[in-house]
Amino acid sequence: MRTGIVERPIDPQRLLAEVAAPGNGASLLFVGTVRDVNAGSSVSGLDYSAYSGMAESELASIVAEAAERWNTRDIVVEHRVGALDIGDASVVIVVAHPHRDQAYQASRYIIEELKQRLPVWKQERYVDGRREWVTNHA
Amino acid sequence: MTLRVLLFASYADALGAPAVSVDLPAGARVRDLLARVQAMAAGKRIPDKPMVAVNKRYATPDQLLAATDEVAIIPPVAGG
Repeated sequence: MRTGIVERPIDPQRLLAEVAAPGNGASLLFVGTVRDVNAGSSVSGLDYSAYSGMAESELASIVAEAAERWNTRDIVVEHRVGALDIGDASVVIVVAHPHRDQAYQASRYIIEELKQRLPVWKQERYVDGRREWVTNHA
Repeated sequence: MTLRVLLFASYADALGAPAVSVDLPAGARVRDLLARVQAMAAGKRIPDKPMVAVNKRYATPDQLLAATDEVAIIPPVAGG
């Protein structure tokens, strides 16, 4: 298991390679990216910020919960903070497991918990120059 | 005791600072601290029951506070 709040681009292939093991029959990659339209406004980019220290520990807790529940230690998650452009990866989750069903469930658990618990915020920059704090929908 | 309360994102914007100081009597709980912050000039812009972290863990309104605690008021999160 490894988790990180990072200020550099995330390399999904590198994360996928980290969880590779001969006993794993399924390796699942989730990439969350910055999209160009939100709630009808044209987005030019996003600024992510985090509660440093707590974001790291909360992310580690979420991944530890998934690892215990679905019985795999082959999980790596990185969340990026700072200024991101359209199409940039903001979060990457890789889960490997002997079986696909558990990998899908663990990956889904991690993204849903992260969206409710991770102390990370984003401010959208719009094409027209406005900026706005946005929140996750339930 | 005087506690420094960390603010982030929209809450930091609302109060115009990344942190505020709050004076509290010994034995104060999270809810008492919130009432003090909400009584500040711009504090009304913080909702009734926001998420609060004490020492980087989510806390309940009942949690007792100590002078050495790091308290943060957590705006609606937006990770992912």
